[in-house]
Amino acid sequence: MRKIYNKITQISGNVIVLSATGIKYGELAVIKSERGDSFAEVIRIDGKLVYLQVFAGSGGISTGDEVRFLGKQMEVSFSDNLLGRVFDGTGRPRDGGPILTKNLIEIGGPTVNPAKRLIPSNMIHTGIPMIDLFNSLVESQKISIFTTSGEPYNELLARVALQAKVDIIILGGMGLRYDDYLFLKNTLESEGSLSRSILCIHTAADPVVECIMVPDISLTIAENFALHGKKVLVLLTDMKNFCDALKEIAITMEQVPSNRGYPGDLYSQLAARYEKAVDFEDAGSVTILSITTMPGNDVTHPVPDNTGYITEGQYYLNNGRIEPFGSLSRLKQFVNKKTRDDHRPLMDAMVQLYAYYQEVLEKKAMGFRMTRSDNRFLKYGILFERNLMDLSVEMSLEEALDTGWRILSECFVPEETGIRTELIKKFWPKEKPQVNA
Amino acid sequence: MKNTGKIVGINKNMITVEFEGNVKQNEVAYAVLDESRLKTEVIRIRGNRADLQVFEDTRGLKMDDVVEFTGELLSVELGPGLLGQLYDGLQNPLHKLAGELGFFLQRGKHINALPEDTKWEFTPCVKPGDKLQAADAVGTVKEGGFTHKIMVPFHLPDRYEVVEIAESGEYCVKDQVALIKDKRGSFIPLSMMFEWPIRKPVTSYRERLDPAEPLITRIRIIDTLFPVAKGGTYCIPGPFGAGKTVLQQITSRNAKVDIVIVAACGERAGEVVETIKEFPGIIDPFTGRPLMERTIIVCNTSSMPVAAREASVYTAITMAEYYRQMGLDVLILADSTSRWAQAMRERSSRLEEIPGEEAFPAYLESTIAGFYERSGLVRLRDGSTGAITIGGTVSPAGGNFEEPVTQATLKVVGAFHGLSRDRSDARHYPAIDPLDSWSKYTGIIDNRSRNHTVRLLSKAHEISQMMKVVGEEGITLDDYILYLKGEFFDNVYLQQNAFDPVDMATSEERQKKVFSIIKEIIDATLDLNNKDDARNFFNRSRQIFLDYNSSEWDTNDFLENERLIRELFHKYRKAGTEIETHIFRQALVESEMDSHFSRAKTAKTKKGEKLTMVKEENEEDIQ
Ligand SMILES: Nc1ncnc2c1ncn2[C@@H]1O[C@H](COP(=O)(O)OP(=O)(O)OP(=O)(O)O)[C@@H](O)[C@H]1O
Ligand SMILES: [Mg+2]
Repeated sequence: MRKIYNKITQISGNVIVLSATGIKYGELAVIKSERGDSFAEVIRIDGKLVYLQVFAGSGGISTGDEVRFLGKQMEVSFSDNLLGRVFDGTGRPRDGGPILTKNLIEIGGPTVNPAKRLIPSNMIHTGIPMIDLFNSLVESQKISIFTTSGEPYNELLARVALQAKVDIIILGGMGLRYDDYLFLKNTLESEGSLSRSILCIHTAADPVVECIMVPDISLTIAENFALHGKKVLVLLTDMKNFCDALKEIAITMEQVPSNRGYPGDLYSQLAARYEKAVDFEDAGSVTILSITTMPGNDVTHPVPDNTGYITEGQYYLNNGRIEPFGSLSRLKQFVNKKTRDDHRPLMDAMVQLYAYYQEVLEKKAMGFRMTRSDNRFLKYGILFERNLMDLSVEMSLEEALDTGWRILSECFVPEETGIRTELIKKFWPKEKPQVNA
Repeated sequence: MKNTGKIVGINKNMITVEFEGNVKQNEVAYAVLDESRLKTEVIRIRGNRADLQVFEDTRGLKMDDVVEFTGELLSVELGPGLLGQLYDGLQNPLHKLAGELGFFLQRGKHINALPEDTKWEFTPCVKPGDKLQAADAVGTVKEGGFTHKIMVPFHLPDRYEVVEIAESGEYCVKDQVALIKDKRGSFIPLSMMFEWPIRKPVTSYRERLDPAEPLITRIRIIDTLFPVAKGGTYCIPGPFGAGKTVLQQITSRNAKVDIVIVAACGERAGEVVETIKEFPGIIDPFTGRPLMERTIIVCNTSSMPVAAREASVYTAITMAEYYRQMGLDVLILADSTSRWAQAMRERSSRLEEIPGEEAFPAYLESTIAGFYERSGLVRLRDGSTGAITIGGTVSPAGGNFEEPVTQATLKVVGAFHGLSRDRSDARHYPAIDPLDSWSKYTGIIDNRSRNHTVRLLSKAHEISQMMKVVGEEGITLDDYILYLKGEFFDNVYLQQNAFDPVDMATSEERQKKVFSIIKEIIDATLDLNNKDDARNFFNRSRQIFLDYNSSEWDTNDFLENERLIRELFHKYRKAGTEIETHIFRQALVESEMDSHFSRAKTAKTKKGEKLTMVKEENEEDIQ
């Protein structure tokens, strides 16, 4: 109800410019146009000129439209009433439910003091051996699934969400296809998990600026639930779309791009969101699992590249499987020392052997004669892929470890595995007579 | 009267301010926002307008808001009490902030870096009438295990005479401990602390020396093959997840230096937490004191303000220079210098400067060089030496070293530890690529053996590449053994398990010993009749060696494993490998490798003839 202006002097891309005074940096405004109301945010002040980024895009805005400044930043209502609801990128209901207005909190609040963070210590069991055994997911971790369009990544996301023992699931969808949105929503619903979920959805058909708001709004809600003692899992799909929205806006603002059109601050922008993953002392936690699609399966593309430098690891989802190669949970060492003695050495050995298997495969593809040892690796690779890598496999960590030893003992003699003698003695399956090399 | 200006433009963390009085480049100013004052630094002046980078979130600022200039350059506090602290990029103590504010940081909140109430036991070392200049000590205090010199502030330009000096006793940092006077007779009181502008190198030493002594990191591949020198510089570029941070973390733990300053620059907060939580509980084997007592952490992680990230590496190096002035060995570990460079890039883009390659500013190279140049071994004016060693990680876009930050860094450092994606994917940690990396420094192993082993690795690699084309059956047994030797050396020596309590750190003594055993094996002619034999021999040796590596120095386990290794080795060592032929053999291997490198025949020399002869004999042997 404060200052109202109706003389827009410049409209380009999603940004409009007008003359105004006393306007705060980052302040929100509402623009009334024939298309309806849209929020906009102050992104630059230059003398009397105020630059506003219009969430709904500038299409249909006329120079004479009314611009009303709200004197405050973007906010979202926070309460248990959020549970089970679906919102858009700016926090408006998209499920026909009531608008929530109570207990407003600012979006994108301050950073957690590093001195107050905790060392992560709880494993999140997913029942997927490629995660639990090889790259454990850890509470308060931020980790991304690197994949390409066409892979069943949203299915994987949903599966982890349903398996994971967390209090609240927040799904942030960016540039989602409508059927993907329905799939995710229906899966949560059919498994009875919708009542502990909150969905912030931007679909491919929605204005691009709203896409940028999705992680902020999702993570702000998550952070507040965590402060209230809840374990929150935030799923963000697909962060590539978020980055493309940033790129589009940077280009409209005529920023010099740094790499393939993406702005120079892409790293900082992504980090500001991912770093919201946290474990609060005597309160809850925020864990982030995101999807990053890689154009042309190219991990050096700026989006996966910057993401990899920020997240605490990544899962490569390729040909419907999580690859042991390249996939990495950087926090696994905090949890896999407490599971079972053999967890860590077995995982290391199996991956190293799998690497050799890949080399043998290459050799084979070139038409070389396979030696006896080569054949052992070929067998190993097949058993590994069938019994552990296949996404349909679901088993506990214990079972996965035992399966691992079984596979090794079926293919190799202990010395070939590079595992320490002490562990071999304890875990190497006894049934088979040991062959001496 | 206060020098003030008013805001006329805001663009993210950059504000433009109109002023009337005089404004200094790099001076600190505060933008007043309601109750709080946001810290800023002047980075460009044009006419009556200055561009200021704001070290905090700018939301809520508006046109005509007041900015107060301080006339002071961006500085840090120096004095006893820095060790063991966790600071943000502008030297705010984060533990103390957490105590006051709880979970979150709050903008506009500043706390002095040095604890003001701590009492320090001061012992004077001068008397009235003594002549002093900048950086000379007036006394000492005990800080942890160190003798901390209380020095004449570095910025005092002249020679001074001591007028008064405090007696031995307990003082706080702000208490006066000395009074000195300059030539004109004006008095200057000295406390135990002073400030120094972070962007200005401290040069109160007599001369810079050539860094010749190796800095022991207790990481085998570094100390043995690609050593770092005390007072030298090195960089660790590598794609994400290759192990840069882990490498720095174990270095910060195990390196044999006096003080370690960790500059966590624009990376993950979680990684700093590990250090903060674990270091107080770890006892440094060299001093018997908690590691935290020798450590300072400057932490401006990725979601903290970008402008402060740019400043944070200077905050770190300034504190390093301060301790170096006391004759101590300081190691700075900066992770990651690419984030620092990106902070510069963001700033440059907001200033609308003409961008260079990948939008980095044109002064990128000189700025990186300027930072690494603040390292060095120096002789101080009292004859003692002090050193700053800088190790910086680089995070190249796409893991491609042909990018501006890596290239600019490679030009100025003395050692390069390049991490490779192939090695880290195969879990060969530390993933330093031995074929790519280099060091100009001398380490604990003589250069000849060093080069020799690197050549072996390179030859082994070549054979492995060849095997990919012609298959295992397509190469000779000799080549196959050479290949296995390379793999063996890589497996049991270059790779080191960061999570094994013993293997994690290998002392200099142990490295020398283990290296000599391996060298014997590598140099020997082995009695292996076919490829299966060869593979089995090396598999078994590897197995024993891994056990050996994780057994504690000089325990029974250790000695037993060593005995097993020797036993196995002697069984397969070619009988009658007398010393002479052994040496020839070795020379042969080396010359083969040399020729592989230089791609030139050496057969014409006398030595070469002899070698050819030996070679023929050996060929007969094999047949
Ligand atoms: N020496 C090592 N021993 C065992 N594991 C290691 C070692 N080095 C790295 N790793 C594994 O690799 C992971 C990533 O390492 P690290 O965090 O050091 O990578 P980085 O190069 O710093 O990546 P980024 O550039 O993204 O920060 C670790 O979490 C750990 O699982
Ligand atoms: Mg790192």
